Amino acid sequence: MLSLQAATVRFGERAALDAVDLEVADHRIVCVLGPSGSGKSTLLRAVAGLQPMDAGRVLLAGQDQAGVPVHRRGLGLMFQDHQLFPHRDVGSNVAFGLRMHGTGRAETNARVRELLELVGLPGAERRAVAALSGGEQQRVALARALAPRPKLLMLDEPLGQLDRSLRERLVVELRTLFQELGTTVLAVTHDQGEAFALADRVVVMRDGRIAQEGTPLDVWQRPASAFVARFLGFDNVTAATVTGRAAATAWGKVPVPEGSPQGEVDLLVRPAGVRIGAPEDGLRCTVGVRTFRGNHVTVRLLPENAPVLEAECALRDTPDEGAVVGVRFDAAETVVLAGAATPSGA
Amino acid sequence: MRLGLMAVPVAFFALFFAYPVTAIVGRGLKAEGDWQFGRIGEVLSRPDILDVLWFTTWQALASTALTLLIALPGAYVFARFDFPGKQVLRAVVTVPFVLPTVVVGTAFLALLGRGGLLDELWGVRLDTTVWAILLAHVFFNYAVVVRTVGGLWSQLDPRQEEAARVLGAGRFAAFRRVTLPALAPAVAAAALMVFLFTFTSFGVVQILGGPAYSTLEVEIYRQTAQLLDLPTAAVLTLVQFAAVGGILAVHAATVRRRERALKLVDPAQTSRRPRGVGQWALLGGVLLTALLLILLPLGVLVERSLDGGDGPGGYGFGYYEALQSVGAGGSSTFLVPPLEAVGNSLRYALVATLIALVVGGLAAAALTRRAGRLVRGFDALLMLPLGVSAVTVGFGFLITLDKPPLDLRTSWILVPLAQALVGVPFVVRTMLPVLRAVDDRLREAAAVLGASPLRAWREVDLPLVRRAVLVAAGFAFAVSLGEFGATVFIARPDNPTLPVAVARLLGRSGELNYGQAMALSTILMLVCAVSLLLLERIRTDRSGEF
Repeated sequence: MLSLQAATVRFGERAALDAVDLEVADHRIVCVLGPSGSGKSTLLRAVAGLQPMDAGRVLLAGQDQAGVPVHRRGLGLMFQDHQLFPHRDVGSNVAFGLRMHGTGRAETNARVRELLELVGLPGAERRAVAALSGGEQQRVALARALAPRPKLLMLDEPLGQLDRSLRERLVVELRTLFQELGTTVLAVTHDQGEAFALADRVVVMRDGRIAQEGTPLDVWQRPASAFVARFLGFDNVTAATVTGRAAATAWGKVPVPEGSPQGEVDLLVRPAGVRIGAPEDGLRCTVGVRTFRGNHVTVRLLPENAPVLEAECALRDTPDEGAVVGVRFDAAETVVLAGAATPSGA
Repeated sequence: MRLGLMAVPVAFFALFFAYPVTAIVGRGLKAEGDWQFGRIGEVLSRPDILDVLWFTTWQALASTALTLLIALPGAYVFARFDFPGKQVLRAVVTVPFVLPTVVVGTAFLALLGRGGLLDELWGVRLDTTVWAILLAHVFFNYAVVVRTVGGLWSQLDPRQEEAARVLGAGRFAAFRRVTLPALAPAVAAAALMVFLFTFTSFGVVQILGGPAYSTLEVEIYRQTAQLLDLPTAAVLTLVQFAAVGGILAVHAATVRRRERALKLVDPAQTSRRPRGVGQWALLGGVLLTALLLILLPLGVLVERSLDGGDGPGGYGFGYYEALQSVGAGGSSTFLVPPLEAVGNSLRYALVATLIALVVGGLAAAALTRRAGRLVRGFDALLMLPLGVSAVTVGFGFLITLDKPPLDLRTSWILVPLAQALVGVPFVVRTMLPVLRAVDDRLREAAAVLGASPLRAWREVDLPLVRRAVLVAAGFAFAVSLGEFGATVFIARPDNPTLPVAVARLLGRSGELNYGQAMALSTILMLVCAVSLLLLERIRTDRSGEF
């Protein structure tokens, strides 16, 4: 459906998009994930035609979109803060795209009704948009974007401003809805939880380039670089020298899985792979701050002369703050990341 | 696209503003095809001209200071207090601003002049003193300060001051450190506008100043129309042009600073009923000021128009009836009954409003997106007609638009064109902030949903600015109705406008003429007040809309 080829957008010296290649297949949900300033919103704007590109091509269903103005691209875009038209009621907001495409009145009304039901706001046609809650606005924005049956639906931080519990519920609803409708979706977000829950494929961006691309499981299990690992919330990342099945690190020798790349690399140890034992057993650490996270506890460990380690342990195994413990590592929970010399690539 | 939008306003200003003004300046400063810049020095060293310059400047400074002194408490009261009748009072204090200067002059003449209210009561006459001019200027510009400063003040979050108080600042310190810096640019902008209006004052000074006091604009009129001394008039026009350019440049800089992001809140949340003796006294003081300064002159004007029409001592509509006939009471001031001026004025003002809306609307649409120096320059350029001598523009029309292909000298359209010139700045000033406040992403949302740029403008911008358009139309209508400096030159004797008719009546002696001037002024005031009150309804009725 969508194909980006070497898409480049520069703001002055800085490249917001740097020769990005991206494919979105029909009926797929692709989520672009990245910190703010990584170029993900620019990517959406370039596809929509709202942001002129300095180089590269955008193809929709095989058609080069160069010279096609925004309003003829047949896309749907849900803006970050919805951008509902304040002077129109809910029904008229949803009907807007249909009117622009010259749809008849009866058909428009039927479609508006259908979509409002779909997003869980049946009969809301006459309500004023100012009177809607954040979640309701989000639903109306979604209905408005879906109404003209866009070839590709783009979502810019779709759940960004909603509170946490609503977000978690809506993300599941959205995924179910898109799967039922067979909508092709390109979403951008800075929230990894949202991306992993929503997407078939995840694209991690950094400084206008793609840092990693893959299924949510892939990316989660095997981050491609120290950047991706840290962005996903892993802090136990360190430089290492891998020889055979062992890596020499600031934390001492850490076992790595079989077939890991050799030489100078970055190494990730997931908190679950940090095993806490008796003080004389392994790396000696002092226990720092403990954070309860429901069914487990995250513990900060302070080794002598080495960076802080984060460990995850069951509630009853949690050591006391200030205790001295020993640490061993589990090879199954360590990942050799591509070295600093090769920052990106899936 | 943007350049295309700008073409119409640029052409309009080139043809009906720049061309006449340069032509008349050229005529004054050119002899046998050569520029005579030496004349500038000659004129500017004449003691009588220096007197005019000095008076123009100091009366403008004094008027501005006095206006701020009297109106700033009003701005505070309107911003922070709730009291019954606030909406109506806010509208009423705005009435003077849209009143024709001629009417303002007439009203103060009725209050302070010979045979005026104060003269009758205590034998006090101020019409040949500078006080009459200053008071009329305060009357006229009170609303500028109340609206500009009060509008911002009412939207400043009081919690900012509260935060300062909690951090240990006293009441006064909190005001000085938090509120005052936020207000300062608005105060400066308002002061500059008042200075601009009073510096270029014409109608008020013409009527109240007598022979003793003359501003630049009045002097330009005298030199042009009475002494036929075009070189002097041209030099004075240039001086005024330079001064106004300077004021506008400072104004533009202040406005830019004002756009610095302030945390604004809904005015409804910031005002409350006054508490304690001090606050009630302040409210009372402001109400009393508004009563004495604004309602009293208007009231006296109405009273004079009804007084003595049916013989001495009685009240009646005699002066109004006299307006319906030509040359009643032995005066042959008019070729047509003065009442016809009402119809003329309304017709002209309507056409002028249409022109101003089209030209100003296109300019505002072109200026919507903040952009480079060029556009900003254009922005400032649009304000120039407010300050450039209207007399010069009017006379310039006469000497430039009189030959083919633009032979408009005998055409009625000349008057609305000149009036539209002063209307355009108001249209742009009213519409631009609203257009700029429309989130660009709303337009983008419309585009993604399939709306072409033109369609997006119609579907998104237009509905959002509809109220602004109405308000702009109202202001343009009111200033067109009251335009005097240019109209006095180009209105034909058989088609006078209301302000011209008033000025002509005042120029004649005799009680009947005086009474008729009062009656016509009352009619003009009512027309302006009614159109303004209608606007206020538009503003407040649907303020909850967005």
